[in-house]
Amino acid sequence: MTDDLATLAAATARELAEARDLRTLEEVRVAVLGKSGRLTALLKALGGLPPEARRARGAAVNALKEQLTAAIEARRAALEEAALAARLGAERVDVTLPARPSALGLIHPISRTIEEIAAIFGAMGFALAEGPDIESDWHNFGALNIPAHHPARADHDTFYLPASAPGQPPRVLRTHTSPVQVRTMLAAPPPIRVIAMGRTYRADHDATHSPMFHQCEGLALDRALTLGHLKGCLIDFLRAYFALPTLPVRFRASYFPFTEPSMEVDIGWDRRSGEIGQGGDWLEILGSGMVHPKVLANAGIDPREWQGFAFGMGIERITMLKHGINDLRPFFESDPRWLRHYGFSPLAPALLHERV
Amino acid sequence: MKFSLSWLRDHLETAAPLARLTATLSAIGLEVEGVADPGAALAPFRIAQVIAAEPHPDADRLRACRVDAGAGVVSVVCGAPNARAGMKAVFAPPGSVIPATGMVLKTGKIRGVESAGMLLSAREMGLGEDHSGIVELPESAPVGESYARWAGLDDPVIEIAVTPNRGDALAVRGIARDLAAAGLGTLKPFTPAPVPAAFASPRHWRIAWPEACPYVLGRSFRGLCNRPSPDWLARRLRAIGLRPINALVDITNFFTFDLGRPLHVFDANKLTGASLVLRRGAGERLSALNGREYVLGPEDCVIADDRAALSLAGIMGGAETGCDAATTEVFLECAIFDPVRIAQTGRRLQIHSDARARFERGVDPALLPEAIAAASRMVLELCGGEASEVVAAGAEPAWRRSASLRFSRLEQLGGLALPPDEAVARLTRLGFALEARDLDAARFAVPSWRNDIAAGQKLDLAPGMEAARARAVAEGAARIEPEVELIEEVLRLGGLDAIPAVSLPNAPPVPAPSFSPAATRAARAARALAARGLLECVSFSFLAHEQAGFFGPIPESLRLQNPIAADLDQLRPTPLAALVQAAARAEARGLLERGFFEIGPGFTAAGERPIAAALRAGASPRHWAEPARAWDAFDAKADALALLAALGIAPESLTVTAEAPGHYHPGRSGALRQGPKTVLATFGELHPRLCAAFELSPPVAACEVFLDAIPEPRRRRRAAPDLPALQPLRRDFAFLLDAEIPAEAVLRAARGAERALIAGVTLFDLYGGEKLPPGKKSLAIEVTLQPRAQALTDAEIEAVSARVIAAVVQATGANLR
Repeated sequence: MTDDLATLAAATARELAEARDLRTLEEVRVAVLGKSGRLTALLKALGGLPPEARRARGAAVNALKEQLTAAIEARRAALEEAALAARLGAERVDVTLPARPSALGLIHPISRTIEEIAAIFGAMGFALAEGPDIESDWHNFGALNIPAHHPARADHDTFYLPASAPGQPPRVLRTHTSPVQVRTMLAAPPPIRVIAMGRTYRADHDATHSPMFHQCEGLALDRALTLGHLKGCLIDFLRAYFALPTLPVRFRASYFPFTEPSMEVDIGWDRRSGEIGQGGDWLEILGSGMVHPKVLANAGIDPREWQGFAFGMGIERITMLKHGINDLRPFFESDPRWLRHYGFSPLAPALLHERV
Repeated sequence: MKFSLSWLRDHLETAAPLARLTATLSAIGLEVEGVADPGAALAPFRIAQVIAAEPHPDADRLRACRVDAGAGVVSVVCGAPNARAGMKAVFAPPGSVIPATGMVLKTGKIRGVESAGMLLSAREMGLGEDHSGIVELPESAPVGESYARWAGLDDPVIEIAVTPNRGDALAVRGIARDLAAAGLGTLKPFTPAPVPAAFASPRHWRIAWPEACPYVLGRSFRGLCNRPSPDWLARRLRAIGLRPINALVDITNFFTFDLGRPLHVFDANKLTGASLVLRRGAGERLSALNGREYVLGPEDCVIADDRAALSLAGIMGGAETGCDAATTEVFLECAIFDPVRIAQTGRRLQIHSDARARFERGVDPALLPEAIAAASRMVLELCGGEASEVVAAGAEPAWRRSASLRFSRLEQLGGLALPPDEAVARLTRLGFALEARDLDAARFAVPSWRNDIAAGQKLDLAPGMEAARARAVAEGAARIEPEVELIEEVLRLGGLDAIPAVSLPNAPPVPAPSFSPAATRAARAARALAARGLLECVSFSFLAHEQAGFFGPIPESLRLQNPIAADLDQLRPTPLAALVQAAARAEARGLLERGFFEIGPGFTAAGERPIAAALRAGASPRHWAEPARAWDAFDAKADALALLAALGIAPESLTVTAEAPGHYHPGRSGALRQGPKTVLATFGELHPRLCAAFELSPPVAACEVFLDAIPEPRRRRRAAPDLPALQPLRRDFAFLLDAEIPAEAVLRAARGAERALIAGVTLFDLYGGEKLPPGKKSLAIEVTLQPRAQALTDAEIEAVSARVIAAVVQATGANLR
């Protein structure tokens, strides 16, 4: 390399090193490689040289051009990198600042339990049946083998509404979901497998009773269903609901006007800790039995042809047991703090394949 | 029903321990509600003799005693004034717990004298209030023996819940019979020898109302001495919570529980005339034994003498003819009453007596002569005197019935394959007498005390059932019911745990959906609203009549006749009412989160309808990046639209009108309609007057979606998607128009200007400030043009823009800004 080329290379290298920003860098590039740049001038001067000198000089100048072009681009990349780094540095935010608010609401524990019950009994072939909260005396009592003088009526603490017409018996707020059994049997012939869930009402208000609560009722009618099936169905349900495959379940003889034989069902628990499934104590959890022949007959079904079982349980009660909720009253008080504590995400509905 | 273990053993020969007895009771349907063992707390206490009782050297009121409790003589310091040498007392050794105080005794020194135990007062043992001194036992009390056992206090008391069908189990004997039938021992025979008549009864019965009282026995006694009951009887009654009164009254109470056979004794010297009559009440007043006064109506059965009504038959006696210490002559009553009338009178007069509980379930109609015999014997034993002949009126009602059991039904209905012999044996032990038997079936005579079996009560058939069906089902019920009742008896005695559990058959492996469409709608609505940040509530269906009136009509037909509280008397017109109350409570508590929803019934005269109500009170949360903003009508509208979208309702299918019910702010509320008639939802800010009444700070945004008005989404195959290859273009337009003109009119006009090309119109600015002429507003819209076959030329774009402007101007009288 001749001296003038070496001088140009050295000068350019110095100028590049001194270029602190992209604008200065561009000035350096134009001064060397632009139309009137120093290297461009050298290239233009090649034409005036004799051919043999031109070849050697041309190769040298072109080599310098490539060298300088590469140096300028390298410097540009470095400066761009630095500029980006500076910008990013300036754009820094405090990532500990709170995110934008987008609260998710929650589903009430009662709704959640209703979904779980429907999912489990649905898998056993039960469909949901519905009925009104305001019932006739016949649907709520008479059809279910609870005549007016029956002692069981006294246990029910019924709320009464004025009769729909003079001379008619007063209407009632249903005291249980059992009238839905009657409506189902009247609506279509057996076989039947339904569950009914909803609001029920009794004139009773203290720490363990609420004037409104929720029940789940089940009815299965067929030609050959037995008490053994009732036991199997309830054991299958309780073990799935509590997610305890070995949950102890006990059956005790009892009495309900609308079933015969009747039985109450206990599950194993620990009285002191409240833990379900162990501890050696028993906790009454639902009532059940074979549908009473009179109830079938009252609804127009011949008990010689059809038989089956029915059961009923308190939705609040099994919700409290499953989730360790001690007090019944807050269920209906809509305290947002309680709802936040016990509510369920709407994004995780009860799905059997995700585990209820 | 309470009874003590020793009382049970009067009727049951058994070696079974208490735990097995109680477990069996629960298993066979006599659910044990509690077992109290008063002796448990007294177990460590022994009978002791005070050998010496010297004054304490350093304390005037204390004595230093030497006490022998059977395990050597110990030193005890005692403060009781009656402590003296030679007496028998109750000794608590060190380590035992004093029931009254819970204190654990330790050996120690009291003012320098060792005290290794304590001599107890009645109060310290929890046996009464007497604390004047230590308990003094008779000389015969054996030193070293357990005090509780010696005093008969180690007798556990069992309480069971008796179901309404089991009147026979309201008797110790009935319970013993069930336990014996369940294999826990032998029922002892009960054959009271008749007491011979010593004189002719000066009183007799007359039944004027045989439907209420079909049969009554009576007997006169004279020469009685009505002392306090002996210890054994007083202790028994006290153990089950009854106060001993005097021997005659206590005897009737004893048989109420022992045999389930209520009896009554009238003080004969307080009766007028020779006959007692069972008749309807005639409006007279009766002072009953519970200290209350009752008016006796024509539906109440009373027992009267020539002068007045004396008692509420089968429910409660009257105070005037009751027995006291001066009683020397009595007339004993032993009757049967109609259970239904007893229940009705008891309920009407709100009397819960032991007699009512038994008569309304039905007492044993065949037991009257034996009960009279047993009671007579006890009267003579405890009170002396002599008994007359037995006088009667009416006749023993027909109670003999049969019930048949096909053995195969034990498995076909009960799910348990049980040998026929075992089934027959169990029923026989319960008192069912085998009348006939072949290979397949057996017929039994129902015992007199089981009025719940084969009783043949009436059906209550569905109104309007056709006659042939009614006949068929009645025949079916009559055939099946007694058999099912026998099956129940057989199964319960063996315990239902013996029946193998079988999972339900015939369910398809992939079940059909269990939710009805309505339930699915409700569940999806809940998820949609919860996903928007709202908390689901479940509230009472009723509230105060006046408060409910803020939310719609409140007909008397939806007002409870017997509300549990005055502020819970009216069925709510909408669940929104409950949310308003919830928001007010949350505000009063100073809580900021006040966004709620509820899906539940609203009640109107026309019926119940499912309503999803949502409410937002207060403001969005304060945040450094987004200022807090009071919730307004458009938040409520968004909630309603989101819910509807979740249920498959496209917003384009809805029209919005500025009409909403009176509980909304009249200028800030609207309705979402589908077609001219159907209102799917209402939304808006709540009326400030309503907010003031509920002490809720406005504004409050709310919406109600009527789930029953939402059409079932049709199952349709989706069309192929519209995915044009060309880029859409967007053009903005601003219009100046009268402030009253709804924005919807502008949007609708722009959308319709060129349907083939305009893919969407959005409103992105609303301005109504001072820079505009009065009464005017400015709306700015963005129109999206979607070319399809080829890109649009400038001229085509101009043409579409002109059509948009023209359409809006024509529809609304607006000017382009």
